[in-house]
Amino acid sequence: MRLTYPTNVKVLKVPCTGRVDVIHILKAFENGADGVYVAGCLEGECHYLVGNLRAKKRVGYAKQLLEECGIGGERVAMYNLSSAQGQRFAAIALEMTEKIRQLGPNPMKKGSRVMGHGSRENESQEQVARTEAKS
Amino acid sequence: MSASNLEKILKSGNFAVTGECGPPRGSDAEVVRKKGAHLKGCVDGVNVTDNQTSVVRMSSMSASLILKEIGFDPIMQMVCRDRNRIAIQSDILGASALGINNLLCLSGDHQKFGDHPTAKNVYDIDSMQLIQTVKRLRDDGKFLGGEEVKGTRPDLFIGCAENPFADPFEIRAMRLAKKAAAGAQFVQTQCIFNVPKFEKWMEMVRDLGVHEKIYILAGITPCKSIGMARYMKASVPGMDVPDELIDRLKGVPKEKVAEEGIKIAIEMIQHVRQIKGVAGVHIMAIEWEEKVPEMVKAAGLYPRPQVN
Amino acid sequence: MIVANRKPFEELLEFIKPYSKILLLGCNECVTVCATGGAKEVAILASELKMHREKEGRPIEIMEHVLERNCDPEYVESLKPMVGDYEMVMSMACGCGIQFVAEHYREKLVLPAVNTTFDGVTEEHGVWSERCLGCGNCILDKTLGICPVTRCAKSLFNGPCGGSQGGKCEVDKDTPCGWQLIVDRLKEMNMLDKYMEIQPLKDWSTSRDGGPRRRVREDLKI
Repeated sequence: MRLTYPTNVKVLKVPCTGRVDVIHILKAFENGADGVYVAGCLEGECHYLVGNLRAKKRVGYAKQLLEECGIGGERVAMYNLSSAQGQRFAAIALEMTEKIRQLGPNPMKKGSRVMGHGSRENESQEQVARTEAKS
Repeated sequence: MSASNLEKILKSGNFAVTGECGPPRGSDAEVVRKKGAHLKGCVDGVNVTDNQTSVVRMSSMSASLILKEIGFDPIMQMVCRDRNRIAIQSDILGASALGINNLLCLSGDHQKFGDHPTAKNVYDIDSMQLIQTVKRLRDDGKFLGGEEVKGTRPDLFIGCAENPFADPFEIRAMRLAKKAAAGAQFVQTQCIFNVPKFEKWMEMVRDLGVHEKIYILAGITPCKSIGMARYMKASVPGMDVPDELIDRLKGVPKEKVAEEGIKIAIEMIQHVRQIKGVAGVHIMAIEWEEKVPEMVKAAGLYPRPQVN
Repeated sequence: MIVANRKPFEELLEFIKPYSKILLLGCNECVTVCATGGAKEVAILASELKMHREKEGRPIEIMEHVLERNCDPEYVESLKPMVGDYEMVMSMACGCGIQFVAEHYREKLVLPAVNTTFDGVTEEHGVWSERCLGCGNCILDKTLGICPVTRCAKSLFNGPCGGSQGGKCEVDKDTPCGWQLIVDRLKEMNMLDKYMEIQPLKDWSTSRDGGPRRRVREDLKI
């Protein structure tokens, strides 16, 4: 299909989104990611039955935690798609990148800049970590 | 026999009528007198609530004394929520010393429902054990700790409450039997709206023979408005308000709803009076005390008998 | 197990406000099982706190450390080599653990990151509920394994009160009425007549009312 999607998306593979824990999402932000989305199989199609449903709940909890600590819950999202949906995969990558671009860089990095050890380049390098489900 | 007028009325075989007076949220004795005045001559005893629904009010003992001074036979309510066994026994001695003749033993509403939901509750003893405590002080002259009461023992007619509409229904009659066995001499029931259920409960009470051991006063509450009926149905724990009652109130013009509420209550009094084992009614006209005389008269229970 | 809840984030931020290097302590026992203060929750809280402080421009260094138990001296003493390196200790252990660490390191500020709530069980994954108040004088024999002291909001011994409806407690519609449970159990066991026994006054002196409790086994002392 030779579809293109934004280069700022860094893909992290896991056997199933059921493997994704809240701490993985938080660590991505702690390490400077501007947004994180979890891409799981379609609901009802999980090879492990409910892995993607658990991931959905954990993403929900991570949203709360990110809201609480001032990073912003809207920077994390859950998507569901099948491995046959290449078009959708590219569209989601674009959509999420656009959303995060509008939100601006991870606010934690602004704080570092005040302290003098952040850099402006960070702003143009939105990182979106993505975890992929194996279908 | 105690000096209780209510006890005399019941023991002489008269159908008893008791009312209720909630103390004010301030220190004005006049408010108690005014509220009480509505009930003058229509009741054999008047319940004085003890911080009902866990809202802070003038103490039950003080308001009871104020009512006693204007000629009532107060039924002082006492809950286990706010006092431990030391305070409870002390208040029992004090109430009796002030000439209060009736004590209604209750667990008390949970503080969650009141104006101090962050308070600590006590519940050192429960209502069943409170009944036993009064009886022990009065009949055995002994404190819970085992020591003798010095001199005069408290003399109180012991009451309790029971809710025939709460769950589990199958033990509600047994629970009354248990209270009677603990020493309760009269019981006032929760407000009755569901008459068939009350009749069923009375049948279970009679099967256990409890109606012969304790005087049963049926709880009557007139509905002032459709909103009140709905509120009690939805928000008051342990209250059973059938839809038919709400529909009947809805069926009359708006300005006649209150009148219809009174009418229903009067019919209810006449109905429960026919039930075997019912020895009286306890009218809880919540913030509507002025309507009690009308209800008592219409039910044919006026004037109240004088028994010595 | 002892069940706890994490304190609100804002409250914790206040606790650590003056500090830039802290020890965040967890426990591998009860608070791990109730998912409040085990290694995972310690890592999550540390991450949240670090990000918040980074955003504020006041980064904080947080050492995450989880003890096998916080209520036994041998484990608590194992902190000795590290405690001195941190300005304060914030603990996600239960109230017992927090106190025990504070007792051992008197020079160090030890603050709670959790509210310790109750002694309970795991009803299902993610749901815990209270079972025991530790009154020191068990009556579960009389109520067939359901504790009225703990499971009745009024600790009634001769319940249920008039607020029991549809099997639920008047205080909270999601809480079963303890006395409904007892009556159901008595019926199941064909022992409903037991309900007629009036339970005597409770001796609360064995409970917290008798003062802080202590247990000594001379034969075990070294």
